[in-house]
Amino acid sequence: MRGASATRIALIYPELLGTYGDGGNAIVLEQRLRWRGLPADVVSVPAGSPVPESCDIYLLGGGEDAPQVLAADGIRQNRAIVRAVGSGAAVLAVCAGYQVIGATFPSGGEIHEGLNLVDIETRRSFAPPQTPPPGRAVGDIVVEPDPRLGLPTLYGYENHAGRTRRLPGAGGFPLGVVRRGIGDGDGGATGGGTGGGDGGGGGTGGSDGGGTDGIVDGRVIGTYLHGPVLAQNPALADLLLTWIHGELPPLDAPREAQVLREARRRALATS
Amino acid sequence: MTTSFPRRFTARTQAALAVERLAAEASRRLGRGSGEMIGGKLALRVSPGALAEVGSHRHTACVSGTNGKTTTTRLLARALGTVGPVKSNSGGANMAPGVLAALSRPPFDAAAALEVDEIWLPKVAREILPRVVLLLNISRDQLDRSNETRRIASMWRELGAELPDATVVANVDDPLVAWAAAGWRRQVWVSAGQNWTADAMVCPQCARLLHRNANGWWSECGLARPEPIVAVTGPRELLWYGRTISAHLDLPGRVNLGNAAMAAAAARELGVEVEAALAAMAGLGDVQGRYQEVALGEQGRRGRLLLAKNPAGWVEMMELLADAPPRPVVIDFNSQTADGRDPSWIWDVPFERLAGRQVLVTGGRKEDMSVRLAYAEVPHSVHASAEDAALAANEKVVDVVANYTAFRDLLVRSSR
Repeated sequence: MRGASATRIALIYPELLGTYGDGGNAIVLEQRLRWRGLPADVVSVPAGSPVPESCDIYLLGGGEDAPQVLAADGIRQNRAIVRAVGSGAAVLAVCAGYQVIGATFPSGGEIHEGLNLVDIETRRSFAPPQTPPPGRAVGDIVVEPDPRLGLPTLYGYENHAGRTRRLPGAGGFPLGVVRRGIGDGDGGATGGGTGGGDGGGGGTGGSDGGGTDGIVDGRVIGTYLHGPVLAQNPALADLLLTWIHGELPPLDAPREAQVLREARRRALATS
Repeated sequence: MTTSFPRRFTARTQAALAVERLAAEASRRLGRGSGEMIGGKLALRVSPGALAEVGSHRHTACVSGTNGKTTTTRLLARALGTVGPVKSNSGGANMAPGVLAALSRPPFDAAAALEVDEIWLPKVAREILPRVVLLLNISRDQLDRSNETRRIASMWRELGAELPDATVVANVDDPLVAWAAAGWRRQVWVSAGQNWTADAMVCPQCARLLHRNANGWWSECGLARPEPIVAVTGPRELLWYGRTISAHLDLPGRVNLGNAAMAAAAARELGVEVEAALAAMAGLGDVQGRYQEVALGEQGRRGRLLLAKNPAGWVEMMELLADAPPRPVVIDFNSQTADGRDPSWIWDVPFERLAGRQVLVTGGRKEDMSVRLAYAEVPHSVHASAEDAALAANEKVVDVVANYTAFRDLLVRSSR
């Protein structure tokens, strides 16, 4: 089983995919292991160096356009992440990182090839060519996760121009249904059987709510949620850790996280 | 009104300036702030060309960058003040209306030190044709807004071609700034320092990864850190055109010595000797409340106010806090529109460095800050207001690190 010694958490290209504070996801995972008495190592993989195959959890974050293309080129070079996933590693990919693990994504007016680890594609818009592309999706986002995951409501912040959809016959299922915000902006049009209900918010413009966000395929999670997502949603962090470790000792810490979730719930209910 | 305008002003602009004055005075009398914004806005509506008319034909310098604009502008205004009258948008209104307001009172041939927002710089500079432009740094700020740091650098670079008579004073330690300034006709290269490099890892010219070592940075395309003619070389020491000079400021921190070096280099271009410039800067103790000690509440508690509105700013403040005896630190953290709505960036700040101090947290996003500190294993308490936090502190005087709107609100409350 993976993670027999210290759990190795790879933070992929923080210089390229670290613009939106997603490096915090590594801090959260590391501390939630350490506080349980389990050793953890955060392996920061600088851009330009090969991605190691021996890590247990791979983290990819958000970044700007040009760095995103560099990052995609880098991870496609040795495909270490794909092989690691094949032997049981987990992945959490956020925003630009989420787009990059899919089949294709847009940048600088061109379509670039991703890692093809999950069956999604991203474009500026999926609307007919005459229609103006939708605006940037910026703001608080609330996602009701697929019931199969057994997770409470997910809170976060999204900030992206791309719209993402599942490819026909895609594996896995959406991370959840968007209750507030845009997420994939797919209007729940494609992809099957979320179990959480597709919501049926029509259109491709991505109106508030109704569509889905993200993907869960085996041990790979993709999502548009910053915050960082694991800081605001510690249960999601523990889900990733469970995939590596099996059952974990309970951890009632930090209490601050519960206070934060309650504050977000109140703030987003009233505004 | 008896103000006589220079003959070169059009009737339209003379009317605009009269409107500016009336509006600003009315706004002040109604207690709506300093009135710079509203007066400038109305004046620009009356005469869109007013900025060019009042701004050109005088010695002006524009100061722009993500961090340090206000402080550097104030330092520069002090230096320029040694040789004559100076106008400045000292209230921090740094878009076109604020700049116009600063330039709309006599004497109309006074020099001007002008703080200009990064995005607004090209628009303002094209009108007023500054003699000197200071480019400090570019880093991420307000993640939910325009976060394309390279786009700003690119706008600045293009601006150089439109200002053939201007000199750019540029920070060589920021690759984005150095690349932007390399496109200008004439540069004064200053090593003002940069302790936040995470937003300048990719070459702005060729998009490959930058190389760095202790001596600087370079890219495979040939872009490299220019050799500076002015540099911060010690806590109280500058390299200045081939000689070493000492510099003493009342403002704390190496970051402010870097700001002073930039201001002194700009002042030199406008005819001020460095000794006179530094002497004039020395006595400046606070800037718009920054570094100022104020009363917190009515029970004798006091706080030194520090502004940190993005990761780069926080790292600067960490350095500054480490220079002084460890006092309790109050963190006042908001995420209103002017702060940027996304608070995620606090995860890029090395809060572990606060361990060992008493830390007290408040503000609109105090819960987010509290989680961040918990994961950094920094014990802290959470309070309803900065005043409540100060009351709970172990010492009578605390350091308060606040972001934009938190800082602004604190300043208003403490000056009541």
